[in-house]
Amino acid sequence: MGRAWKFGDNLNTDEIMPARYNITIDEKELASKVFCEVRPDYAPNVRAGDVIIGGWNFGCGSSREHAPVAIRGSGAACVIAPSFARIFFRNAINIGLPILECPEAVEGIEDGDEVEVNLEEGLIFNRSKGTRFQARPLPAFVLKIVQAGGLVKFLREHDIEELTE
Amino acid sequence: MGTLVEEILSRRAGRTVQAGEIVLLDVDYMMSHDNTTPLAIKAFREIGKPIKDPGKIVIHFDHAYPAPNLLAAENQQKIVRFIQAEGITHFYKRGVCHQVMIEEGFVRPGGVVIGADSHTVTYGALGCFSTGLGSSEIGAAWVTGKTWFKVPETIFVRLEGEARPGVFSKDVMLHLAGMLGMDGATYKSLEFGGSYIAHLPMHERIVFSNMSVELGAKCGLIAPDEVTEAYLMQETKASPPLESLEPIHPRYERVIELDVSSLEPLVACHPDVDQVRPLREVEGLPIDQVYIGTCTNARYEDLAMAASILKGRQVHPFTRVLVTPASQTVYEKALANGLIEVFLQAGCTVNAPGCGACIGRHGGILAPGRSHL
Repeated sequence: MGRAWKFGDNLNTDEIMPARYNITIDEKELASKVFCEVRPDYAPNVRAGDVIIGGWNFGCGSSREHAPVAIRGSGAACVIAPSFARIFFRNAINIGLPILECPEAVEGIEDGDEVEVNLEEGLIFNRSKGTRFQARPLPAFVLKIVQAGGLVKFLREHDIEELTE
Repeated sequence: MGTLVEEILSRRAGRTVQAGEIVLLDVDYMMSHDNTTPLAIKAFREIGKPIKDPGKIVIHFDHAYPAPNLLAAENQQKIVRFIQAEGITHFYKRGVCHQVMIEEGFVRPGGVVIGADSHTVTYGALGCFSTGLGSSEIGAAWVTGKTWFKVPETIFVRLEGEARPGVFSKDVMLHLAGMLGMDGATYKSLEFGGSYIAHLPMHERIVFSNMSVELGAKCGLIAPDEVTEAYLMQETKASPPLESLEPIHPRYERVIELDVSSLEPLVACHPDVDQVRPLREVEGLPIDQVYIGTCTNARYEDLAMAASILKGRQVHPFTRVLVTPASQTVYEKALANGLIEVFLQAGCTVNAPGCGACIGRHGGILAPGRSHL
């Protein structure tokens, strides 16, 4: 269970992780700057297990993987948004950052609410309000990647052909 | 059978595939640059398996090149050591990766190219399926030679009519961005056609594919024709024979029809690309910096147009005008034909080819609150 951090629509990867800090690939260093312009209170206060609540088209803009890596590095357990930009969606899955598409949950969760997520079943609980939401399930092969902890970890143990089997 | 994207992916899969299916495909090339290669190397090392074919890896230095600070320099040195150790021969420092990919012949009709950069969609103008992925996926593809795609639905954009003088493909694309919004084509393939496209030279067609990602699209395709073939043969190192390709009985999710003759020059205003306004509405605003560059609009013809406006005139003393040619090849041609001289005499600053000021890291950083065109 963690606190909800709410963000607006069309949040781009430069707002998540400004280009001028992308000169490192150190996850903790990236995490110290994540959302630093749009939400400077995030990085100093986020705790492991907190949940990001994004708006429509979350993670649009450049393909930089630094954005989901920084979010994961900050300790956030999951990103919930009504929709994701395509590359961000792939990147998050491939680095093992769980994401869920659920417009209803985003509407029903306010900044600061206590949120709990059951990834396997795609269930989202707002403990502050006592409400529950069902997210769109992830395709089976995507689940395989997420369950392995990301594409890199999957490929350490498996061949890529096993994804579509 | 199907839309352009279905046709390309079907040929690659060796069977007919349709929108919604997930396919695992061999890719022709995996592109990355100084900004995205370090994370790809990290993923590659963590996977712990060998590179399948170093000849399919293409690495560019363009995002912060020449290195503007110590950290960037060290990062680039690490990439160079990796390139040397793995025997990677396709290594370029000739300008913006996408322009160089086209010039060097990596892009051809029917091709499948992935890149760790959102504007990888650019190659769709030449009938090549290309899309941006994250670094880890590129690192994974170095090992597997493959990647997975969900075959996208297609929005067909039929553009008819003749544009008024001063209205270019960028204006048409901005109009579409304003119409569809920044997520108007998320996960979709945009396919551009119609009589306007048929008569359009390649440097203007490229704008549509390049900016497809600004609408969230997975790819932005234009069916190859004689313009494509002439461009590939004359302006790039691509060798014949070229695959012919067209949509066959396509089923489009949506068709957008637009008569471009009604359009006027447009500007996308801060903060987002879909905040589009007619140029006349913002005319007269003081501008601190003008950037003539980017992978959208810094080809020779773009520079020639800018030079024709600047010739014999002077840049305002409180405005900084930066010219960053898309590639060394573009730079050379601009130099040979006197464009660079025009820019210098007008008081512009000419930068080394690359992404330059566009990513806000070097080559023209703005102070907060400044206006930029």
